[in-house]
Amino acid sequence: MRIGVFVCECGTNIAATVSTGKVVDAALSMRDVLHAESIQYTCSDPGQRAVIDAIQKKGLTRVVIASCSPRMHENTFRRTVGRAGLNAYMMEMVNIREHCSWIHSDIDEATDKAIDLMQKGVARVRRQVPLHSTTVPVTKRVLVVGGGVAGIQAALDIADAGLPVTLVERGPSIGGNMARLDKTFPTLDCSSCILTPRMVEAAQHENIELMVSSEVEQVRGYIGNFDVDIRRKATCVDAEKCTGCMICQEKCPGKAPDEFNAGVGQSKAISIPFPQAVPLVAALRKEHCRLFIKGKCSVCKKVCPADAIDYEQEDRIETEKFGAIVVATGYELFDWRESYPDYGGGQYPDVVTALQYERMLSASGPNGGHVQRPSDGKEPKNVVFISCVGSRDESVGRPLCCSVGCMYIAKQAILTKEHIPDSQSYVFYIDIRAGGKGYEEFTRRAQRDFGAIYLRGRVGKIYPSNGNLVVMGTDTLSAEQVEIDADLVVLATGFAAAEGAGELARKLNISYDQYEFFSESHPKLRPVETTTGGVFLAGACQGPKDIPDTVAQASASAAKVIGLLSRGELETSPMVAAVNQMRCTGCFKCRDVCPYGAIEAVELRDGREVANVIDSLCQGCGVCNVACPPAVISLKGYTDGQLIAETMELLR
Amino acid sequence: MAGTARMKQPGDLRVIRLPCTGRVNPLLILKAFMEGADGVLVSGCHPGDCHYNVGNYHARRRLELLQRMLPAFGIDPGRFHYTWVSASEGSRWAGVVSDFTRRIEALGKIGAEVPANALAKAEQTAMTDATGKTTS
Repeated sequence: MRIGVFVCECGTNIAATVSTGKVVDAALSMRDVLHAESIQYTCSDPGQRAVIDAIQKKGLTRVVIASCSPRMHENTFRRTVGRAGLNAYMMEMVNIREHCSWIHSDIDEATDKAIDLMQKGVARVRRQVPLHSTTVPVTKRVLVVGGGVAGIQAALDIADAGLPVTLVERGPSIGGNMARLDKTFPTLDCSSCILTPRMVEAAQHENIELMVSSEVEQVRGYIGNFDVDIRRKATCVDAEKCTGCMICQEKCPGKAPDEFNAGVGQSKAISIPFPQAVPLVAALRKEHCRLFIKGKCSVCKKVCPADAIDYEQEDRIETEKFGAIVVATGYELFDWRESYPDYGGGQYPDVVTALQYERMLSASGPNGGHVQRPSDGKEPKNVVFISCVGSRDESVGRPLCCSVGCMYIAKQAILTKEHIPDSQSYVFYIDIRAGGKGYEEFTRRAQRDFGAIYLRGRVGKIYPSNGNLVVMGTDTLSAEQVEIDADLVVLATGFAAAEGAGELARKLNISYDQYEFFSESHPKLRPVETTTGGVFLAGACQGPKDIPDTVAQASASAAKVIGLLSRGELETSPMVAAVNQMRCTGCFKCRDVCPYGAIEAVELRDGREVANVIDSLCQGCGVCNVACPPAVISLKGYTDGQLIAETMELLR
Repeated sequence: MAGTARMKQPGDLRVIRLPCTGRVNPLLILKAFMEGADGVLVSGCHPGDCHYNVGNYHARRRLELLQRMLPAFGIDPGRFHYTWVSASEGSRWAGVVSDFTRRIEALGKIGAEVPANALAKAEQTAMTDATGKTTS
């Protein structure tokens, strides 16, 4: 056995805390270790070449690389040893960076630990055998979850590459939050003018199947071969027949909250959320429908000229196969009401969120673009904007920056002046964060050309007085208390994860952070991948971001999906379970515990029934390994022998 | 995450990598104690959040059983802990490691509290009990 040990310095990331020379010396004193060296950056080209050279010159048969997390570079180094002619699995990585140099400060302590970890790696690789991947065919179809701008962009990019896409949206129309915006910063482009053509394109694309009022119910399978149950929710409208004439909405006597308009104005129990909705099909909300509440109505059925209303409709579950999944479920605004009693906690009608104000400004909004404050319909003259409500505020448990609030406030201040020329906008801010292209200039314009008064400080209290609102705050630059008599107060509320994000993450087996935003596999190297193979992220479901970043990330996800599915088959991990069938007693405890149904019974020539692992189904969790009474089923790469050797080496 | 965020942790812990807590054989934990480990910590994905669907449910049953059996082997059950920390909970991980290390430091070196032959006896019992026959 000829073992080589390579200790990465990672510049000073490792070398500053771990004495790599000592680790090399310790390696050289181990049995069968013929070669050990430290390398400044092992993952770099010269670093990898040094590994290859050593393998070839010294005839190494096994390699230990002590460097960073295997999450980072395990595949890199597998390929490296593969290029040197070794089986890729004859390389063992030990993590002396995230598990050692980065979390310890004492050099002796860190060096001791690094030596232990290196020795553990040698013990493990000593018992490693060459492993070979198998391939499984992939389903060349893609599921995109969420029909906002991110989902639309990803779906279009993937569909343009010739792959069939199913775009699932839980609401009755695609378009997402962007469809609710009036204008977009920093160009003041009309939001729907940019978005609606894309929505229509998605609906008409030959490779895109649109499923609105639908949700992902369950996900089974793995990369390349997912089985997804999709719940098609009953809308009581036959989508094939509905022409979008809106007569039902006009005649419907049941009032319902207007979700598209963020609660400004009212909608009907049966409605099309907005005139540019795609598909232009009505949907009935049973919880607001008189027929379902009181058992008497059916006006819509009577007036519908297309005979599209069907009260008997029930939810259906459709199961489809997909090779990859793009998650683009977006965000919703943080519900500020409970956390900010000093701002009225939702009790003052003229304290609105920026999204509500956006709807008031929008020509397609409830007032046709004429700004009227909710309490008395008066045109507001003094408008106060408060930034960072539910963001950058530790006191309400939301320390994160929403990354767009500064920008959309500047936009709305500009739009306010355009709508109401004799108005005055005041903006309370903490900092102005305007990092994007053209953003800083835009916020300056709001102040210089549109006269918005920016006050650096927080608002402590809002209280009603003579039909108006008094906003009490501090201007920290002049160190003065400020009181503003406001007609309307607009809160720049931060981003929150979409409702049910955590639940969806569990269905998809992906991880999420404390705000329920989905976690990317690596922030820089794998920014659109998740920890689950074949599941990708796009847009604000991964964290707050603006439209340009969302679209860029959606296209990035699409590129990843296209790359993945461009191959006809996928290599599976060879780290799967294997049965020693000569010693198998045929008790099938392994089959009982296997989460993937990867274990079958086969008959040997002597008539005995024994367990057999279906490699393409096995995901390598090792649950069977522990359950097997005679210990004859073993997870390759994590055998009992290897784990015991590691344990003993560490405790020697 | 704890490592990436450079959260300082006590240096007494050595990590053995496994695909899933479902791969953790309770016998391996006993083996570690027999080899002189002062404490053993098992950490995996939260129940309901298993990367391998249900592996941690299997783990929870096995590890809970082990926890209860430890006194029979003469091992203070405080030396063993299983917990659930997700990949994004870096600060939680750092906290778990620190708390566990402190606890083990308070308990001192293993073997100090029981005579050496009791451990050997426990080893024999462990092997016999868990598999139904002696494997050693």
